[in-house]
Amino acid sequence: MTTTDATPTAPRAVSRAEYCVIACAEAWRDNGEVLASPMGLVPSFGARLAKRTFSPDLLLTDGEAMLVGLDGTAEGWLPYRRHLTMVTGGRRHVMMGASQIDRFGNQNISCIGDWERPARQLLGVRGAPVNTLNNPVSYWVPKHSKRVFVERVDMVSGVGYDRAEAAGVTRFHRLPRVVSDLGVFDFAGPGHSMRLASLHPGVTVEDVLAATGFEPAITGEVPYTREPTAGELRLIREVIDPQGLRDREVRV
Amino acid sequence: MTDKSMTPEEVVGQLHSGMTVGIGGWGSRRKPMALVRALLRSEITDLTVISYGGPDVGLLAAAGRIRRLVAPFATLDSIPLEPHFRAARERAAFTLTELDEAMFMWGLHAAANRLPFLPVRAGLGSDVMRVNPELRTVLSPYDDGEELVAVPALRMDAALVHLNRADRLGNAQYLGPDPYFDDLFCEAADAAYVSCEQLVETAELTKSGPPQSLLVSRHSVTGVVETPNGAHFTSCVPDYDRDEAFQKLYAATPWDEFSARFLSGAGEHDYQLAVRTWHEEQQ
Repeated sequence: MTTTDATPTAPRAVSRAEYCVIACAEAWRDNGEVLASPMGLVPSFGARLAKRTFSPDLLLTDGEAMLVGLDGTAEGWLPYRRHLTMVTGGRRHVMMGASQIDRFGNQNISCIGDWERPARQLLGVRGAPVNTLNNPVSYWVPKHSKRVFVERVDMVSGVGYDRAEAAGVTRFHRLPRVVSDLGVFDFAGPGHSMRLASLHPGVTVEDVLAATGFEPAITGEVPYTREPTAGELRLIREVIDPQGLRDREVRV
Repeated sequence: MTDKSMTPEEVVGQLHSGMTVGIGGWGSRRKPMALVRALLRSEITDLTVISYGGPDVGLLAAAGRIRRLVAPFATLDSIPLEPHFRAARERAAFTLTELDEAMFMWGLHAAANRLPFLPVRAGLGSDVMRVNPELRTVLSPYDDGEELVAVPALRMDAALVHLNRADRLGNAQYLGPDPYFDDLFCEAADAAYVSCEQLVETAELTKSGPPQSLLVSRHSVTGVVETPNGAHFTSCVPDYDRDEAFQKLYAATPWDEFSARFLSGAGEHDYQLAVRTWHEEQQ
């Protein structure tokens, strides 16, 4: 802030997309020296914000085959086969998308409907099965709806808590959080079920319930997603996403 | 030593219907598209295709050449969903073995190492196990006793890959940032065919890149094909990026129309000419 401004303008209100960036960034707090693998714009901005502020040791990729610093300086080589080693070695925290997700965090990106003859073929399971059994996996859902937050997913790609427990593969299984355009969820509900951890300001519990195909656990007064600091807001708006691409992914 | 250079037609002449064919590259990156197009010009069908899927899968699926697909995904990268793969799946046009990316990689490693399987911590708890009921698990024989998935070797009759440079003996070099899994595909196959942007003298290979860029060695290669722009419309960096405009056209054009305009010629040359003509029309 300069003190020479003759006509200071009122600070622009924090947008929903900016709360989402903050909520995604928080996923990588205290992660240490691990690869932050964001899928989607808002998680990418979140990972960059985390690295610029409270988690400077994070590793980032250029989205191709290099490990890069915030200014794009290459510091390592990460082709797909080494990336998969990073997954199974556990030194990675990915934030994936989800076409469907259920109360225990089972996620689907493969297909909608019957797998034998899907109504909608999507990507395929990709690395979701290996990711969820080996390194922390969070999820980002830019448009929270009953189509995404479902009672049962059609094809379990990423493994949720109930299935991990039933299959005896809990050793390295951890789903820290789900961030949507409405709020943040963790799995601190009964039996590792999804719990509403915070609401983005402007969103009510009723909004969340109306857009969710199951009832998430709600314990007491639900807090709001934290406010960005003035420094964080400046970083988001002027350094990390000056073009405002975040508002294309979160249209609220 | 054996000069293994051949034409795309000669490669396809060594393949036949019912084969298991592995295709290198990843998504819409460094796919051996000239060889795939040669396959499309042949009568070969009923294929089992093993691929980190991109438009190779889309083209072969749209043309009805795939009996079974082994893949963890199919994507065009900048266009997330492969339209012809989707359409084929939605009409149940082929059998799918849907594996996780890491399971797939270990299946290649197993095949390249002549092992029946390799254990991997992936798949358990997911529906990959449900939709592939033939998958088995193994228990660690050590104190941890962990149950792991025994990914079967992805052995193939033939592999098709595309690299930047190669010599006539079958030594091949990638100059981009990612080897993908092309060496494993070649080693996992009974016969491997390498197409390249440019055939060069052996001595040229170490002049254009460091020794570790020599990804594929001749002992695992059956034939070498020079096909400039042969990965088109996928990327083959640093020689060229993906042809995004053309990929959009591919994704948006009905198959019959696309096929008639670009794939009905007698050879790869006709395809490249049709692409150039299309680009000129866009000016």
